[in-house]
Amino acid sequence: MITTTVATGPLLDIRGLSAGYGATAVISGIDMAVARGEIRVIVGPNGAGKSTLLKSLLSMTTILQGQVLFGERDITGVPTAQLVPMGIAAVPQSRNVFVSLSVAENLDVGTYAVPGVDAPRMFERVYQLFPDLKDKRRQPAGELSGGQRQMVAIGRALMADPSLLLLDEPTAGLSPAYLERIFDLIVDIRQTGVTVVMVEQNARQALRIADVGTVLVSGRHHISGHGRALLANDEVRRSFLGGGEAS
Amino acid sequence: MIQFINFYLIPALALGSIYALGAVGISMIFGILRFSHFAHGDVMTLGAYGTLSAVWAFGWHPLAALPFGIALAVAAALVADRAFYRPLRKLPTIYAVIASFGVALMIRSLVQLFWGPQNQVFKSGVRAPLVLFDTFRVSSLHLQAIGITLALALALHWFLSRTRTGRSMRAVSDDPDLASIAGLEPERVIRATWIIGATLAATAGVLAGMDTQVHANMGWNLLLAMFASALLGGIGKPMGAVAGGFLIGLIEELSTYPWIGSEPLVSPSYKSALAFGIMVLILLLRPQGLMRGRLL
Repeated sequence: MITTTVATGPLLDIRGLSAGYGATAVISGIDMAVARGEIRVIVGPNGAGKSTLLKSLLSMTTILQGQVLFGERDITGVPTAQLVPMGIAAVPQSRNVFVSLSVAENLDVGTYAVPGVDAPRMFERVYQLFPDLKDKRRQPAGELSGGQRQMVAIGRALMADPSLLLLDEPTAGLSPAYLERIFDLIVDIRQTGVTVVMVEQNARQALRIADVGTVLVSGRHHISGHGRALLANDEVRRSFLGGGEAS
Repeated sequence: MIQFINFYLIPALALGSIYALGAVGISMIFGILRFSHFAHGDVMTLGAYGTLSAVWAFGWHPLAALPFGIALAVAAALVADRAFYRPLRKLPTIYAVIASFGVALMIRSLVQLFWGPQNQVFKSGVRAPLVLFDTFRVSSLHLQAIGITLALALALHWFLSRTRTGRSMRAVSDDPDLASIAGLEPERVIRATWIIGATLAATAGVLAGMDTQVHANMGWNLLLAMFASALLGGIGKPMGAVAGGFLIGLIEELSTYPWIGSEPLVSPSYKSALAFGIMVLILLLRPQGLMRGRLL
């Protein structure tokens, strides 16, 4: 008889995580479980610790307490570079491309950490998602616009064929046209089976594509819920989305 | 004109190629580890002595024995990194710079201890010059040095642009944090940097030793010109360092040519001061160097 085990638990399970820089905690006691195939959007006012939470998942902060599980594996404090082969790819907010490498080289570098990744197939997949990049593949990434760089950065992360994609404010500083495109792309990326956790400043648009939104306030978990439910929540809207009607 | 080529231009390019090979390592180490490696000249010396021992033991031509010198220089660089630079990696880079002075002194003392303080030669005797087209009388050694350097520069360019390790090195040089996020192991890239830097330094040491003599201070004496070359090309850019090395070599040697009248323009005893002067000028006027880009 053939039995197959289907992993049913959350893909990412954060338990009581406190972290910061040095001995100072920026986030404390965060609990968050992200299901497979979910788009999780983390929003909150400036200084709420959104980016710190994401950096803590990448071991780029000092972990003071708590645990991060990726599937069954404890990845708390695992060196950043070792997360990629496990299936976690990330895009930082600024300085997100290798400026002196060409677009194609940036993408290629994304495959290096994962043994046995089918590079030609990944190139095809990324160029399908971002057709503009194919035309610019020989250009140094440093010569691209902010929106194009963001695509190179996300493309580079996808080249590692990750199961979890972490995005730190992917639309920061982008024009409204690009903003829409990036959000559409994130939905497309999820369709390919990738779980997405993203921190966003443009909370309204981001929550619209979120399966689950999480609001952080002062480094603590404030409320979580379906993206549209949060948008409809009066208190959330008033306090964190700059008031106004849900659109 | 013939005289100019025979006695000034070719020797200048040969000297420049030695500077170039040393400067590439300095430049790459700076680009990836972000510190000035003052022991680089002594790694070069060690490469020359390692080769010398193999020449003594097997009676081979120095270039055939070069792999022994390279192995010794690479081993020394990796040991120095593991023992002295790696523990200082997270601290401000000035600690590693000072440590590299210490490593320089250690290597030099060990060289004197093992090989003695006296000067050595790979091969004694006068070498007849190579006569080309009945007019050019040049040292075949100089042509070898220039040819080897150009070939190594081409190979390095290919390596950095085409191979995984080369691209990883450029990525780390560009942005070490992003490189970690992309899953590149920084220590692997650092190891590759030492291996390449020490290989080129050992080659430069042997070329320098074949041209004159092998002695414990040879690399240290060349260090300043190599730093000037690396700065001239833009620190962190190996191809810039190659160009910078040739330029510094040309400027130093050609400054002694009797451009005006029959006397050397600059007395040969001052020519090494020119490298200093250029280095200071570059730092003041164009600290990013003459070339654009990073690591390529």
